[in-house]
Amino acid sequence: MIFNKFDPQEDKIFRIIDNEGKVLNSELMPELDDQTVVKAYKSMLFARVADEMAVSFQRQGRMYTYPPILGQEAIQIAAGMIIREDDWLVPAFREVGTMLAKGVLLKEIFLYYLGNEQGSNFTKANHVLPICIPIGSQLLHATGIGYSIKYQKKDEVVFPFIGDGGTSEGDFSEALNFAAVWKVPVIFTIQNNQYAISVPVKSQTKSVNLAVKAIAFGLPGIKVDGNDFFAMYAAYKEASDYARAGNGPVLIEALTYRKGAHTTSDDPSKYRTKEEEQEWAKTDPLIRLKKYMDKKGIWKENEEELTEAYKLEIDSQFTEAENFAPYQLEDIFDYMYEEKPDILEKQKKDYERFQQWKENRK
Amino acid sequence: MEGKPKMSVMTIVQAITNALDIKLGEDKSVVVYGEDTGREGGVFRVTEGLQKKYGSERVFDSPLAESAIVGAGLGMALSGLRPVVELQFDGFTYPAFNQIISNVSRMHNRSRGMYKVPMVIRFPYGGGINALEHHSESPEALYAHIPGLKVVIPSTPHDAKGLMIAAIESNDPVIFMEPKRIYRAIKQEVADDKFSIPIGKAKVLTEGNDVTVVAFGTMIRECQKAIVMAKEAGISVELIDLRTIYPIDKETIAESIKKTGRIVIVAEAPESFSVGAEIMAIANEEAFLYLEAPPKRVMGFDTIVPLAKGEHMYIITPERIFYEIERTVKF
Repeated sequence: MIFNKFDPQEDKIFRIIDNEGKVLNSELMPELDDQTVVKAYKSMLFARVADEMAVSFQRQGRMYTYPPILGQEAIQIAAGMIIREDDWLVPAFREVGTMLAKGVLLKEIFLYYLGNEQGSNFTKANHVLPICIPIGSQLLHATGIGYSIKYQKKDEVVFPFIGDGGTSEGDFSEALNFAAVWKVPVIFTIQNNQYAISVPVKSQTKSVNLAVKAIAFGLPGIKVDGNDFFAMYAAYKEASDYARAGNGPVLIEALTYRKGAHTTSDDPSKYRTKEEEQEWAKTDPLIRLKKYMDKKGIWKENEEELTEAYKLEIDSQFTEAENFAPYQLEDIFDYMYEEKPDILEKQKKDYERFQQWKENRK
Repeated sequence: MEGKPKMSVMTIVQAITNALDIKLGEDKSVVVYGEDTGREGGVFRVTEGLQKKYGSERVFDSPLAESAIVGAGLGMALSGLRPVVELQFDGFTYPAFNQIISNVSRMHNRSRGMYKVPMVIRFPYGGGINALEHHSESPEALYAHIPGLKVVIPSTPHDAKGLMIAAIESNDPVIFMEPKRIYRAIKQEVADDKFSIPIGKAKVLTEGNDVTVVAFGTMIRECQKAIVMAKEAGISVELIDLRTIYPIDKETIAESIKKTGRIVIVAEAPESFSVGAEIMAIANEEAFLYLEAPPKRVMGFDTIVPLAKGEHMYIITPERIFYEIERTVKF
């Protein structure tokens, strides 16, 4: 068992390939055929291109604040390959890759960041919660979903996500504790991208790492190189088998680096150095996987052409989102309750009367 | 030149920074912290430069946990410090709600005055900036409803400075809500020296005879625009900037209604069970026989603040304020 081999109390890290794509731990290499590896890379590439275009749409003033996933693709695509259609995805707000893998449409993600709540009404994806901005609070929902699954004897697993900063919130500890006490099938992922906006993880905790936090709550924890696709895949595979078999929750700390800003409103040059960014750039998950594929001679695609094709696809999804039906007054009121109180109807009518007056004044 | 105070042009952000700077400079018991508050100077840069000037023992980043920020702040306040803690956004104050409502507001009463709570909890509030969910809320009624707290909302750089100094010097806990939408939109000459503005005092900004408009924070500027429209329509408006939500200045409100006979209340928060409702109660209790028209609220819907595509319908515009002013006057 991988989880037993890499004790977070000794600050061990689970890694399969190095920065040059060389296999370090062939005995732990997951059984994946070449085609699947190539497909994983393509998914990571698609997520990256979509993310970069999202940032550029925001810069063009066509989209509102967006939190980039740049550099965190291996975690998200590996999770996306393990998570099944009936499993639950409980995102924080930096999981576009896994959301896409789970069947959320890119145009829905765009629609949300275009400022329309309809973007959280996933029309094709099963068991995906909307993004959750209040830090860490979503982990408790995942624990509760885990309880439902266990109670209803369903063959499902929950995949909640949180960042490194979120581990300081009380909800993080409470969720792990409840999940362990209830022994529910939840795979907690911490995307440790080194920063909570400007605050580095070393100012966030004096724990030797974040995975070790699992130990006191009585669940297995492992620190994984989050920029190593194979290590992430193997960790998720084992975690999912473990949770599915009724053994209870696990915690995965995925060590990565937020290459971009916290959101498009943030400027990382205020709090970190170019040198540090360059050092982490060597661990980039796409470059590493590409080097591995090149060594093995399994990458035969033209990446430039592929990227161009992705751009066209992404652009058309964005256009669809931009052309979504205009926001109506009732969109503000109609979803507040299943049974709408009369008072809301009155407030809406009052506003319509004002709009009418405004029209007549012109 | 003698006797003339030195003035500088400041935004609301700069005025608050300046107030913090003055208090950090003159009182070693003042400490400032929160998420991203130290090195970065806060996401809105309100504490920018203060860590450099006063060191990281007095101005610092805390781990990410609002409940801990406030709970630990209470501990500091009970033991000789004057913490000024920052919560990053209105919608992120709720994890701290338990500490605020269960302990911060009660310690003075619980200990029969043995313990004082000289603590400021400051955060940006309000909508109109096309933000994501939880970044656009106006929870002043939630905090004003908790016995034991003072709640302050400035609308100008001058008031922001004077009220922040008063808040830090207060031995009672103060919730200090900052109008983020006009953080940098208003520039004003503000005295460089220390001054304070008493908590609990509203200010009549414009005198008028036909209708009283009560507002605070972001909505003051919108009301001032509406007043221009009203003037063109021959309506004379008296505008009151509440400045302190609690303790609310009943006297200023009641005196104005007695003069004008009408009242319109403007605020961004959901209308039901709001500060607007409280002001209507004051109008009824203190000036009922003077009213010539029903008191009117121009407030947010009882809904979540919509995301950017729908926000323009939620956010109150000068036109909508004028519309209700005119209806009230013509009633």
